Amino acid sequence: MARELWEGNQAIAEAAIRVGLEAYFGYPITPQNEILEWMSKRLPELGRAFVQAEAELGAINMVYGAACTGARVMTSSSSPGISLMMEGLSYIAGTEVPMVLVNVMRGGPGLGNIAPSQADYNQICKGGGHGDYHPIVLAPASIQEAVDLMPVAFDLAEKYLNICCILIDGSIGQMMEPVELPEMRPVVRKDYPWAVNGAKGRPRRILTSIYLDPPEEEKTNLRLLKRWREAQEKEIRYKEYFIEDAEFVVIGFGTAGRVALSAVRAARAQGIKVGLFRPITVAPFPYKRLAELARQASAFLVVEMNAGQMLEDVRLAVNGSIPIEFYGRLGGVVPFPDEILSEIQRVAKAKLRADSDPIADWMKRMEMIAR
Amino acid sequence: MATLMVPENLVYERPHSFTDAPTHYCPGCTHGVAHRLIAEVLEEMNLTERTIGVAPVGCAVFAYNYFDTDFVEAAHGRAPAMATGIKRCLPDHIVFTYQGDGDLASIGMGEIVHAAARGENITVIFINNANYGMTGGQMAPTTLPGMKTTSSPDGRDVETQGYPIRMAEMLATLDGAGYVVRRSLHDPANIRKAKKAIRTAFEVQERKLGFSMVELLSTCPSNWNLTPVESLKWLEEHMLPFYPLGDYKVAPAVAAAKI
Repeated sequence: MARELWEGNQAIAEAAIRVGLEAYFGYPITPQNEILEWMSKRLPELGRAFVQAEAELGAINMVYGAACTGARVMTSSSSPGISLMMEGLSYIAGTEVPMVLVNVMRGGPGLGNIAPSQADYNQICKGGGHGDYHPIVLAPASIQEAVDLMPVAFDLAEKYLNICCILIDGSIGQMMEPVELPEMRPVVRKDYPWAVNGAKGRPRRILTSIYLDPPEEEKTNLRLLKRWREAQEKEIRYKEYFIEDAEFVVIGFGTAGRVALSAVRAARAQGIKVGLFRPITVAPFPYKRLAELARQASAFLVVEMNAGQMLEDVRLAVNGSIPIEFYGRLGGVVPFPDEILSEIQRVAKAKLRADSDPIADWMKRMEMIAR
Repeated sequence: MATLMVPENLVYERPHSFTDAPTHYCPGCTHGVAHRLIAEVLEEMNLTERTIGVAPVGCAVFAYNYFDTDFVEAAHGRAPAMATGIKRCLPDHIVFTYQGDGDLASIGMGEIVHAAARGENITVIFINNANYGMTGGQMAPTTLPGMKTTSSPDGRDVETQGYPIRMAEMLATLDGAGYVVRRSLHDPANIRKAKKAIRTAFEVQERKLGFSMVELLSTCPSNWNLTPVESLKWLEEHMLPFYPLGDYKVAPAVAAAKI
């Protein structure tokens, strides 16, 4: 397919359609409205299901119902809307049916704003709704990567009978870039042995998340955990830049990782031996690879558009073996490459301690910025 | 005994669209009657093999154990949304929800109103027993003024706890509603009328004539602190005047279909 200029949200919607999306249910919220709008035009003309729900609660429960039939189904929303969907996401996880969720994050907490943010990393990567479960979370840094991850997201959701979330922010949703979209594939509803579609010539099927007998619920939890451990083993994705001879490594996902890449390139031009590690699966998180990198690098610099949520995962991976520094912008502020470049320059020269408190140090520097 | 079991003498048996599971409902509760009416209709219309039920949260949370059809279990109040998702992906299947008054008229008010407004081609069986049965008899949106419950111990005070909601009347105002009626399960004559309404509701769905709902006035002897027989009488004396039986919406297309 030729490269065309696409808006992020629309490209994501069209990519989902082309890889066999059968049904979409959503509710308007900025900055992801273009997904809903695109679906509202395209799905009916293709004879597929589209409903603008009365609220995110309705939308996620429509997704729940559709997922139970074995249809390829997704929804999309942004931070406050995702919060509303948490009830349904927990039920979907507990019922072990697949779905794709596109989360176009914006500034929070509360109503916040509509600017790009990464402040919902913990919410989605650590489960979100009640109960022991882990969604699979993919964090692309460009529209092309988001488009390429759409079929992956559906495949992962269906393989692990789980929620697979494409986690982006308003900037990726709203920007335009040249993109190559996938070819249109025919819709093929798989004949799942669990799907409810009428008990014709077979015993009836029940899909539920209730296990009143605690040992049965425990078995269900163990089943979820087993699949999660398998995903941790098999599905880790990340991208590395200038890692081979890197003396220290910048770590950032999504937009923060992309901005950091510009800064790393500029630093390399100045002769600073710095690399970039950009996790694509933020859940499961690439702990093992980061532990390896911690043996090579003298320090890590974590860059996020939040107050250090992924930082906690990096600290877990490193386990105190090397110093970790942090740089974050909050509330919908996107860092400029120059800001990250000065952080890289600072880290390159500084005498760092593995037992320092990266948040405390960053907050001191933030007071200068926010003044 | 054996002579009683020959098919020629068999005038009453368990509907085949039921499983063999004994229900968990309290003695004298009318959930069992409502279940049986649905099962009879599914069997008579030959729908068992292409029906998907949506169970609520409440006393009927385990409804899926009793019907020999595919079933899903919804979150509290969300059954109409879940049914929407199923129906949109399986438009030629029959999808019904079975919901109590707390589920449908309180926490699920948004979902039910919008499913009806969209003319969602699903059938809703709505059990109105004027309280939250499963959680121990708290005040529901349908609890009558002055009625004592575990969360309105001095009787529902409309000044502070508001007024009951008449769901059938309310949903009937929506253009998407094809068939919305209220029936009662307090005596055999009314049970027969309730079955006829359930049959009509499923026919409306089968003919794609829009949203259908049958509200069934029901008893809750355990939480009303009455015997089953007293409960039936209480329903007749107190609920019927407040919740009049009737056809609140029979859309022109439904009337014309002469079901």
